[in-house]
Amino acid sequence: MTKRKGLRRKLAERENLQPIRIAVLSGSTTNEVVDLLELKLLDAGFAPTFHQSEYGRFYVDAVHDADALIQFEPHLVYVHTSVRNIQRFPPVGCSEIEFEEHVKTEINFFQEMWTSLEEKIGCLVIQNNFEFPSYAILGNLDATIAGGHTRFVSALNLEFARRAASNSKLLVQDICSISARIGLDQWFDFERWFSYKINTSLEGSHAIATSLTAIIRAIYGKARKVLVLDLDNTLWGGVIGDDGVEKIQIGRETPVAEAYSAFQQYCLSLRNRGVLLAVCSKNNEEIAKQGFEHPDSILKLEHISCFKANWDPKHENIALIATELNLGADSFVFVDDNPAEREIVRAQIDGIAVPEVGSEVAQFARIIEAGRYFEPISLSQEDYERAALYDQNSKRTVFEGKFADYGEYLDSLSMTAEIGRFQPIYLERIAQLTNKTNQFNLTTRRYTFGEIESILTDPDAIGIYGRLTDRFGDNGLISVVLGRRKNDILDIDLWLMSCRVLKRDMEVAMLDTLIEYARGMGVAILHGHYLPTKKNAMVQDHYTKLGFETVSQNPDGSAIYSLETKGFTPRNTHIKIMEPANE
Amino acid sequence: MSSDDRLPEIQEIFRDILDEPDLVLNRHSNAENVPDWDSLAHVNLITAIEKRYKVKFALGQLQQLHHVGDLLDLLDQKLAAK
Repeated sequence: MTKRKGLRRKLAERENLQPIRIAVLSGSTTNEVVDLLELKLLDAGFAPTFHQSEYGRFYVDAVHDADALIQFEPHLVYVHTSVRNIQRFPPVGCSEIEFEEHVKTEINFFQEMWTSLEEKIGCLVIQNNFEFPSYAILGNLDATIAGGHTRFVSALNLEFARRAASNSKLLVQDICSISARIGLDQWFDFERWFSYKINTSLEGSHAIATSLTAIIRAIYGKARKVLVLDLDNTLWGGVIGDDGVEKIQIGRETPVAEAYSAFQQYCLSLRNRGVLLAVCSKNNEEIAKQGFEHPDSILKLEHISCFKANWDPKHENIALIATELNLGADSFVFVDDNPAEREIVRAQIDGIAVPEVGSEVAQFARIIEAGRYFEPISLSQEDYERAALYDQNSKRTVFEGKFADYGEYLDSLSMTAEIGRFQPIYLERIAQLTNKTNQFNLTTRRYTFGEIESILTDPDAIGIYGRLTDRFGDNGLISVVLGRRKNDILDIDLWLMSCRVLKRDMEVAMLDTLIEYARGMGVAILHGHYLPTKKNAMVQDHYTKLGFETVSQNPDGSAIYSLETKGFTPRNTHIKIMEPANE
Repeated sequence: MSSDDRLPEIQEIFRDILDEPDLVLNRHSNAENVPDWDSLAHVNLITAIEKRYKVKFALGQLQQLHHVGDLLDLLDQKLAAK
């Protein structure tokens, strides 16, 4: 970012820039922030003009000496103050009552300024809240006792939020969070403060300018509206056309798959607050769509407002998406793991945002967020309702610790299980579970993909899987039971479950289904086997708890149990069972 | 490397930041005789040089910078101490 001047000249030469006059009142030197802001606004299609108060004169210029400001006729006033501009902190030994007084006095100081700006100018005011102090004199107590500066800052920020909520002309820029994301030690730069009265490091100034640009775009209706997504190695790991839908990485089985799921969840949460999702991928359309039918795919086809998968250049497809959605491509953000595709789209489509997301899916959301593309300045009623529907996490806290007994707790989880025979799409996950599950695993037998695959066609084998969903989300495929029939006896060679669903009664539900299938094959007796290892002591009573009789117990700890299928009645009461989708 | 050997690199940084592609610096260049070397440019120059050489100038050191020569000597001293 050294060549600012040349860049500015180039940007300012473009046509149709929207003029905007911004007054900056500040408690520190703002030349750097304004310099960066000018560039970012130019890039966003504005032609800004600035008026800056002298350093530290923010209050005087707004309240007592406002002539120059009034004459400038700003469209926007940005009041940029920092924790260094707080007038009077409460003394260390102050009481709660004095603390409240101090908050009131400090807020009045700012309110006087906002009121004066409203009366004298009447435009929108953007006021940032405060970053936390550069050091906490009282350590952790600084955040809790009445004399703590950290607590004082929190109280002021809360009051700023209240004032902004009841004043449509006042917007709060959340520097408290912006600085935290950078880290306070990287935010403050003491040499710059003492030398030039610049409050922040260069990184801090960049973050302030980026966030301000996002707010200003939003004010002028220029916030971005569409997230255009590539598919292979962007929304899932792997190449669906080569690997097939069974092999793409999505779901819970590997760290990489989890990261893709998390990124899909991020995209979905953007959609749930009103950002449209589109797909632009070099793929066969039919095959590409299968990715969204993968049982672990969080994004479904219905979430995608426009779907382009073909072999045409991506910028041509993006132009088509813009036409179909009736939106300008300058309101698009394009995400692709392939740097060459990013470069072409960036060069070919004016105004589109193409963040440098790299190729690590774990970083995609953070990098997109850092661009502040989808900044809203307010939310509609519709947004709130949509948000309410999806707020699963708040439910979790409400439900904790309020139950008469454990069964009631289980019922409150609204569990739904899908239990069925092995299917091709799950073979990879099943083989993997047999190889990595150690604790809830009765025999710890490991299977290759091929061995698991052969179960599909073996008339004497029963392989069943279980998936469990609860009110907090989908746990994925978490249990596998595998048995082999000899005459009328079924030997249960394998019974395993992921520990993340322990004590959910999932094993009870699995047994119900196992017996149903076993009866269908003419099996009269189930034989359960326990082979002890260093890690699987938690399941040594597994079969007796499920009502099996002990047949034999050996000195090495291994044991065999049996259960008759005749007269068995299903026992699961807490989990709703769903038929497998594509059996 | 003597301190003056870094002059071409420093000159390049000045050219970028001041947007003066033909700017020629010498040890006696200062804010008076270099066009556009104002206070914001100064901040930008110091910040860019600190980042380029991964050094951080101390307050007292910053105060004593009057000419490009001072800057080159200081930089030399900082890098030698690394």
